[in-house]
Amino acid sequence: MEAALSARSTRKWTAISGLAALAIALAIAELALGPVQIAPDRVLAALVGFGNDVENAIIWQIRLPRLVLGMAVGTALALSGAVLQGVLRNPLADPGIVGLTGGAALGAVSVIVLGGLVAGSLPLWLRPWLLPLAAFLGASLVLAFIFALSSRRGGTSVATLILAGVAVTAIAQAFIGALIYVSDDAQLRDLNLWLLGGLGSAGWPLVIVASALTVATLPILLQQARALDLFQLGERAAFHSGLDVERSKRRIGLAVALSVGAVTAAAGPIGFIGLVAPHLARLAFGPRHDVLLPTSILTGISLTLAADLAVRLAVPPAEPPIGLATNLIGGPFFLWLLLRKSGRRPHA
Amino acid sequence: MRRRAFLSGGAVLAIASALPLGVLANDIAAAKRIVVAGGDLTEIVFALGQGDRVVGVDQTSQFPPEVADLAQIGYVRRLSAEGVLSLAPDLVIAADDAGPDVVMEQLQAAGVPIARAPETKTAAEIANKIAFVGEVLGQKDQAAAEADAFSARLAEITEKTGTLPSQPRVLFVLSVRSGAPLVGGLDTAAHEMITLAGGENVAADINGYKPMGREAILAAAPDVVLMMEQHAARQGGIDAILARPEIALTPAGQAKRAVTMDGMLLLGFGPRTPEAIAQLARALHPDTAAAAGL
Repeated sequence: MEAALSARSTRKWTAISGLAALAIALAIAELALGPVQIAPDRVLAALVGFGNDVENAIIWQIRLPRLVLGMAVGTALALSGAVLQGVLRNPLADPGIVGLTGGAALGAVSVIVLGGLVAGSLPLWLRPWLLPLAAFLGASLVLAFIFALSSRRGGTSVATLILAGVAVTAIAQAFIGALIYVSDDAQLRDLNLWLLGGLGSAGWPLVIVASALTVATLPILLQQARALDLFQLGERAAFHSGLDVERSKRRIGLAVALSVGAVTAAAGPIGFIGLVAPHLARLAFGPRHDVLLPTSILTGISLTLAADLAVRLAVPPAEPPIGLATNLIGGPFFLWLLLRKSGRRPHA
Repeated sequence: MRRRAFLSGGAVLAIASALPLGVLANDIAAAKRIVVAGGDLTEIVFALGQGDRVVGVDQTSQFPPEVADLAQIGYVRRLSAEGVLSLAPDLVIAADDAGPDVVMEQLQAAGVPIARAPETKTAAEIANKIAFVGEVLGQKDQAAAEADAFSARLAEITEKTGTLPSQPRVLFVLSVRSGAPLVGGLDTAAHEMITLAGGENVAADINGYKPMGREAILAAAPDVVLMMEQHAARQGGIDAILARPEIALTPAGQAKRAVTMDGMLLLGFGPRTPEAIAQLARALHPDTAAAAGL
């Protein structure tokens, strides 16, 4: 028994350190590679502030904020996806399915189309924050709304939660459609570009806020690993095992709304990572949440950074939207893993 | 994100503040590696004979043909800071709506001077844009002459189109991707061009580019359908557009009258605009244009 436990523990740490090495390699590549060729020693020099002006600006103003935001996006989306799939016991769950992405998109599109009406009366320093703030509020309101809707007599119905998320997404889409209809040419282009997502259009202040919120929610979500294992037995069984099911759900909901709202506000809706990163991690390292949550995070970071590298290096000096790359990298890889697994265990 | 809206009318201010401290106007005027974001601006740079100083252009820059050999920096609203920097530019000439803002700030932080062109809402304002580009490039006198010549050509052609005896009813169709066709209403480049070419925009009740209902199109009864060549081709050719039920029953559909023109020529508000107006006028008035001297 002890031997089995320690073998499992060794495997867990090997897996995590292997994935961490991959994520770190990609992070270094994100800093070192780009349309502008900078030699590795010049990258280091610029990092410590001894590069020339252009090198310093590229590393500090362009590549570093991208790297930090990429890590925050990967972490928030993948971890939220893993936790939601666990608590909802639904393999299709991701931040999109509970309406978070729809709420954030509605907030952002409202500001793009209607922001001009209120912006004039706002103080100057607040104006650049209007869009991320609205996206964040949209996501939080949606989550609060569907939790309130699905909580009855002290219990939260998971089925209602998912269906309410789908319904709220549909309602948000309808409002977005209406806003698109009344928007002018320039607004139309802006909102289409925002809806594609990307790591390149956020500056340091927004990146720092999004990353800080993501880091703040990390311990809350990681603590839920055992609770999520119990959730797999069904809520009633989890309750009888001594888990405060409702408290777990409330904490998870709050943390997911905070982190996903924050990164979506900064990077736009980036699909697919929240759904696929946890599945990749689960297929490779098994369903135990104490392993699944950290490996999901590392997979999410690796996927996001790989996708960003791909779009930055594909057709320079232009840059295609990141969503193309997340789908093109993650999709085939996911299928390959799926086929490999089912090939190995034909009766599974 | 939409700071442009907050700074309306502050184009000159924006240029001044966009230049990093310590960069002298002379350095900019002597710039030899210029990146242009905006098809109209590219046309002006080449019209001023300064095309050999350009190293990169955005997606909307398609004229003159030699720009096809230049580096492509992507869509004007979604530029990549590092992509532009990889061309080692010493000047970026950007359309008023080039973005995103963060990318513009990052370029400035890297010490690249950015010249923001003034917004163009009417054909007459193109002359200001020519003068602006000339000033940035250190070709002030030549640009002033070019701008004057432009205004003269525009005045001459619009005077002639003003004498055309009839005003055919024109519907500009941007695209028909799904559902109702997207048409050009008031406050669009299409409206300006139709009006200047001696036509009447039947969608003038609509503001901007909006979908127009099928019955509304029938009620508007356009005599001619106007489209961008590239978009018509994408929808299966102009005949396929004319055969759509909401258009087939209009006078334009019955007579199979449609005009297609190159998108940048028709709507780009570049230096070729007077010629574009003349070309459109000849297409709209096949019988009377010659008599008006067009």
